[in-house]
Amino acid sequence: MTQQLNNPIIKIEKLSKSFKRQQVIDALSVDFLSDQRIALIGQNGAGKTTLIRCILGQYNFEGKLDVFGLNPRKDRREILQQIGFVPQTPPPIKLTVNELIHFFERITKTDAAAFKNISSKLGLEIDQNLHKPFYKLSGGMKQKLLISFALGRQVKILLLDEPSANLDPQAREILFAQLKNYSKGTLMILSSHRMDEIKDLVNRVIEMDLGKIVLDKLLTNT
Amino acid sequence: MQRTLFTHSSLIQIMNADIRQNLRSKWFWTYSILFGGFVAVMFSTGITESQIIGFVGLSRLMVTFMQVSMVILPIYVLITTVRSVVGDRESNVMEYMLSLPVSFSGYFWGKFSAKFLVTYIPVFIALLGAAVYGNFTKLDVPWDLFALYSALLASMIFCFLGISMFISAVSHSQDLAISTAFILWLLLVAFLDLILMGLLLKLRLDAGTVIGLGMINPLQVFRTAVLVLFDPELTVMGAASYFILDTVSRGWFITFAIAYPIILGALFGWFGNYFFKTRDII
Repeated sequence: MTQQLNNPIIKIEKLSKSFKRQQVIDALSVDFLSDQRIALIGQNGAGKTTLIRCILGQYNFEGKLDVFGLNPRKDRREILQQIGFVPQTPPPIKLTVNELIHFFERITKTDAAAFKNISSKLGLEIDQNLHKPFYKLSGGMKQKLLISFALGRQVKILLLDEPSANLDPQAREILFAQLKNYSKGTLMILSSHRMDEIKDLVNRVIEMDLGKIVLDKLLTNT
Repeated sequence: MQRTLFTHSSLIQIMNADIRQNLRSKWFWTYSILFGGFVAVMFSTGITESQIIGFVGLSRLMVTFMQVSMVILPIYVLITTVRSVVGDRESNVMEYMLSLPVSFSGYFWGKFSAKFLVTYIPVFIALLGAAVYGNFTKLDVPWDLFALYSALLASMIFCFLGISMFISAVSHSQDLAISTAFILWLLLVAFLDLILMGLLLKLRLDAGTVIGLGMINPLQVFRTAVLVLFDPELTVMGAASYFILDTVSRGWFITFAIAYPIILGALFGWFGNYFFKTRDII
């Protein structure tokens, strides 16, 4: 799974995904390189989340999609060990914060201190909320914790689906600063509706519409 | 080898997490208190001192306990478990959990194992509590009956869990899953005696066909097995049980009554897992 910089970490050829009769991704071909920070933009229904779910191996699809040269459906362990993901909506997990942290520690083989360090920087003191069920935290707190889980691991791919949606302006600023300083060799894909917010963070913009890429532009400002 | 170990590890972690979440649910505590309280009520109302057709003391209590279990357990398992996979799918819990290095099979069987433990352990403890308390109060403890009933309970829970997880894996919504589970339960209950007798009388089916139909139904198998050791005259069981026990030996039937629901549950579980891991998970 060792990848050299500038080699495609994710290679997509003629990827198509439809639900019943609705084509959500339409013969999409694109490569993502290891050092890229990509803004994935587009309207609702453009296919951004579906693309992310295909990369995570959660959907069957037509065409070819390789992550580290592996198939995301068949080689889940190898691939997902190297992917940090923040969903658009925090799920209503009933575990307490403490239980969730231990679960993450064991599943991802990461020390809890790494999660606590990130969450503290985002303004969430985990130790004060250890015994609260995750689903009873506020929207912002949940999002901060999920961001901590993703950034606390040293992964090769970060998939962030509207990560700042529930954050206050201060936490947003800190999040983007954290992302900017994140390991340079990591491929980062940020799905967002707000290009203005992430334009300083990314070096490539991909716009999707109706399951196709309608804009793919390299930026030179970072 | 590595993949097997990984699945095993995912399974343990998911099971562990699911047990913790179950222990926090009101369903679990209501269910546990119901069974524990039921045993306590039976002792306090003197059921062990009553006698009905050969059942006396703890045997009487255990048979009553099993009759209540037969009514409550299948529908409880179906209703509480059938939302397991489809509920996680609808609430986006699955999207997140399966973005982690967790195998599909580890996720499915981890939830399966957790549900089995949180369903079986309370009823087993209630049954064991009855035996221990009976022993303490100088009642004769029918350990052979205790062992049989413990095995039958485990077998029946496993069976309905497999069916329930299958329904949950293939359903597109929680409403559909719950409706399917409820209809299935009604059908199984109806086939205990009513429909079987109807088939026998109206369609003049031969007894072998009726027995075959009865023995497909895990509820019927459970019901017959509960009484098989202690009702040699076959007076308190329904018509289907009468035909079944008139045809096969008791030893053979007990083996069948324990093995068949486990095999059925495992088959449904296997198919449920197959659907789960080969289809879109969200």
